[in-house]
Formats: sequence, structure tokens, C-alpha cells
Amino acid sequence: MDLTIGPIAFFWSAETVRAFYRTLAASPARRVVIGEWVCSKRLPFWQQEIPGAVECLQAAGKEVALSTLTLITLRRERRQTEELFATGLPVEIADLGALKHLPEGMPFQVGPLVNVYNEGTLEWLARKGATRICLPPELPLASVATLAAAGAAAGLAVEVWGHGRAPLAISGRCYHARLHDRAKDSCQFVCGEDPDGRDVETLEGVPFLTVNGVQTLGHSHTTAAGQIDALREAGVSSLRLSPQIGDFAGLVRFYDRIAQGGTPRAQALAGLRRLMPQASLADGFLAGAPGASLAD
Amino acid sequence: MMELVCPAGTPAALRAAVDAGAHTVYCGFANETNARNFPGLNFSAQELAEGVAYAAARGARVLVAINTFPRAGDQAIWHRAVAEARAAGAHAVILADLGLIAHAAEAHPDLRLHLSVQAAANPDAINFYAETFGIRRVVLPRVLTVEEITAINREIDVETEVFVFGGLCVMAEGRCSLSSYATGLSPNMNGVCSPASHVVYGEVGGQNEARLGGFLIHRRPKGAPAPYPTLCKGCFTAPATATGAAQTGHLFEDPVSLDATELIPRLRRAGVTALKIEGRQRSRAYVAQVVRAFRAAVEAVEAGAPLPSGLLAKLTEGQAATTGAYAKTWR
Repeated sequence: MDLTIGPIAFFWSAETVRAFYRTLAASPARRVVIGEWVCSKRLPFWQQEIPGAVECLQAAGKEVALSTLTLITLRRERRQTEELFATGLPVEIADLGALKHLPEGMPFQVGPLVNVYNEGTLEWLARKGATRICLPPELPLASVATLAAAGAAAGLAVEVWGHGRAPLAISGRCYHARLHDRAKDSCQFVCGEDPDGRDVETLEGVPFLTVNGVQTLGHSHTTAAGQIDALREAGVSSLRLSPQIGDFAGLVRFYDRIAQGGTPRAQALAGLRRLMPQASLADGFLAGAPGASLAD
Repeated sequence: MMELVCPAGTPAALRAAVDAGAHTVYCGFANETNARNFPGLNFSAQELAEGVAYAAARGARVLVAINTFPRAGDQAIWHRAVAEARAAGAHAVILADLGLIAHAAEAHPDLRLHLSVQAAANPDAINFYAETFGIRRVVLPRVLTVEEITAINREIDVETEVFVFGGLCVMAEGRCSLSSYATGLSPNMNGVCSPASHVVYGEVGGQNEARLGGFLIHRRPKGAPAPYPTLCKGCFTAPATATGAAQTGHLFEDPVSLDATELIPRLRRAGVTALKIEGRQRSRAYVAQVVRAFRAAVEAVEAGAPLPSGLLAKLTEGQAATTGAYAKTWR
């Protein structure tokens, strides 16, 4: 299995983005997906970094794709989607509506927030020109195995959520702005103040969710580290790592090591804990259990 | 007149809705193929056929929601549901999954297809589904404003149906895994959200608690109204950060339900074809009352008369109601 770096979910400054992709260029990741994934209001603040990042990553031998938004609603957002397909770079769709703009016959990739739950959907997308699909994070291993087999038969690569806070929901409403008693239209970009999202706890102080603008993530870091061998056996070809603040390069190196297989579950999770001592880990989705749980 | 699309969780509720003036009734099969897969609810193929006949005799139509995402390896269950809905004489099926829509369009070219709210379709997606599969109607997500609905109707050639009353999803529907994060069961995979099977009520220090999958969702003084612990309407805390003060409360949404009655004239001007009432899990009496009230409302709007006021106050069960995303300030 190789590694795919997903789009940055959070609102990072242009400088942070630039430094992040420079570091990634030297990492063992095989491919990188770049683009504003969550809120189109953020894009003007960092889009000037995209061409340089693409160039730097390609020069380092990475495959690069551009991601659409997760929720394409406004006219401006739809125009931007259309423009993505005109760049000549591979496009990863995060919303099925993007297919409206797909030039006839152009191959494309499918991100984890497009609902690919079964062979029928996967095969239809393959016929339409999909070359890679990252499956939704909530799918259990049995479904992943069925879909990986269907993907192999249809000639497309199947990827799963490898590491990062799982994207659980997207809304027209901005919960980040709401936490500052503001509306989405007057948000003053408060999500940029929390580069790993804003924690949400239960009333008894149990960490639960993370707010990231219009997106809601799990608080725990969802990891496939404990199920690498099962995923390899199922025919999954890539693990998706979701960018986060901290030693992300160290995480990429860690996953590159264990993606080759043969690391026992307990050892893989222990290794991850050493890298992220403060973080809670979860892998319930793959086990068909509550996503927040860690089958340990 | 705007079409009134009403919920039926049981054959009795279907008959009650038709008798109360529903133009159209929607229901689902008693299995995981529909997004209200609750114990004791929904229809067998035989009951559906009888319901279609009852409705047809009174000038009403029946839609069948097959709006979960087929499980990998088990698509045949969903394919069978589509075939059974067609055989029972359903006016249309309401679908969310791309693969299932492709299957229905190919296997049953004469079957009318509606795009479920669970497909979370934006204008581009609606046009994509219409052009590719001949979708005839779309149930719009509850995250759009009336202005956006107006704009959408100018750009698409399919009918639009919008929710006006009942439960309120505040996340893009069909794209939410909050429930499975806490419980392992989700609307997309299992047809349930915040399922009762994972709810535990308790009493601690004179307060009532409601948990979902072990996570505390509500804590209320004894005797205070205790809403059902739907995850996105829970009470949570966002601890203080360097730039943000701590916040405790209903950080996503209050335990409110949707009531867009007052917006019916604007929705009509926006080009909306049909008004949908949520609540297949509701009782026959509730359905009859809501349908009667909304039938009076759409008739008044059609006649250019003022809306009958206070019709539904009782039915929100003491809960606050909201016009939701239809008003831009909601965001």
C-alpha cells in the first residue's frame, strides 16, 4: 500500500500551507490532493500557494490532484469547480455535482465524501472514468473488501481513510462562527484561529467532536494503523492521511513503515501513541463498531 | 395548488393522511432500504399494494422511499425493493444512491424517479441526475435558503419538493456520519439516526441524563422537558481557546423542529412544486392533524387568502420551532 495525502481540512495561513507542502515534497507519500475542501470563503487567502505547491510536489515525483469543495452550492463555487477541470491536472471530486462539469471522457478521482457504499455505484463511476476512489470513512472492513474486489475488477484503485480526524458532517451553517456568536456571512474567518479545529466536549468533559467551520469532525484521530494487514489482504492500494498540525512528516514516515505490513496491531498503535501522546485514537468504523471507539 | 406530500409509517397512517387531504403519501418497506427503519414501522409489499389502491380510489398517489445506500455485497435487497414498489403501482420511488438510481433507470425505464433529500443534491448534482438518469423531481436539502431555492428552480427542469414541517436535519443529509461515530449505526447504512437502541436514560444528582452510545447528550433538571437525544441537537461544551470564550449549549442546533408554514407563499413563488411533511415515525392521529392543517394552508395560499394562524402550535409538542435554513440568518 502507498500513501495519499488528502486536502487540508483546516484554514491554514498561506505561509503554513507553503511550508507544509515543501515538507511533504520530501516525504515518502506517493500522491497529494490539494484544494479547498471545506469552505469557499477561505480560498482567496491561500489559493496563490497552489501552483507553487503543485510544481514543488511534482518536481519531487508525487502525483498531484486538485480537490473540489465538499458542498458545492453557490454560483461562484460551481464556476470554480468547472475551472478545476480546465487546469489539466487530475481532479478529485468531493461532491457528485462536480460530475456536471466533467469534460466528456476525462478521467477523474473520487474523494471520501462522495457516497460510494456499493459495487453498483463504484462500477458506474468506473464506467464514467473514475480511476481512484477513497471510500467513505464509516464503511466497515467487510464492505471495504467487497468494494476493493469490485475496484480491481473495474480497473480502479481503492483507497481508505488511513489517518486523521474523520469528517463526519458538513452543513450550510457555520458552527465555528456560531461559537463566536456570528453567522456564516459575518464569520470574520474565526476558523483560522483553530488550525486543528475547535474541540467540542460532552457536558461531563469527554472530548467528542471537532468543529472546523461548516465541517464537523470526530475528536479522536481515526486510524487504520491496527488493520493494515487486513486492508492489504482486501486489496486496498492506498491509505489516505489527512493533514494536521504538528509533526505530520513524522506521521507520514510512520505510516510508510507500517503500510508495508507485518506490524502487529498493538505495536502499530503503540508507535502512533508515541508520535501523538496527547491524541486519542479510534478505529471503530472499520470494525463495524461506533466510529469513536478503539477496539483494544 | 401546491402538492402536499405526507408521511405514512403504517397502512393506518396512510389511510389517515389520504382521508385528511394528502395529495401524495410517501412510505417505505419494513427493512433497511429506507431511512426510517424503526421497529414496528413501514410496509410489506402486500400492504403497499393495498395502500396504493386505497389512495388511487381517492385521487391520491403513493411514493416509496428507498433512500438508504445499498450495502456492498447485498445490493439485491435494494434492487428487489425498487421492483416491488413498481409492481405495487407506486407513482414514483425516492432514491439517494447513485448506483441504485442507475440500476432503476436501466431496469425500470418507465418508473418515475425522485431524488431523495439523502442525495444532498445541489443545482449541479440535480442537473447531472436529470440529464443522466431522467430524474423527475428532487427533494431539496434542508440547508438552502428560499433565495437559493428560487435560483435553483430557474436553473433546473425537474420539479422541486421541500420540507416544511417536522424533524430538522442541520447537516447536509445523506452525508452525515455523526450517528455512526457514536453508535455504529447511521442513516446512510442502516436507515437510523441516533437510534433508540443506543439511548440510555439515567438520573444523577437529581438531574435527568440522556446518553447516546455512552456520550452524554442532555442533562436536565428533573421535571424539565427532556428532548430525545438526537446527536446534533445535544448540549455540549466548547472549552475556551486562546481567542474564543468557552461556550456551553446547543452548539449545533437547539432541540427544535422545522415549521415553514409562514414561508409557503414564498416557496410557491420560488417555483416549488410540492411541500413535504416529515414524520413517518409519527402516529396516525398526528399525521391526520398536520395534513389537515397544511391542506387548509395550501388552499388558502392558492386562493390568495391569508394563512390560517396557529394551526400547528399544538403539534410541535411544546418544542420550539424554526424556519431553519430557509431564512438566511440561520447560518
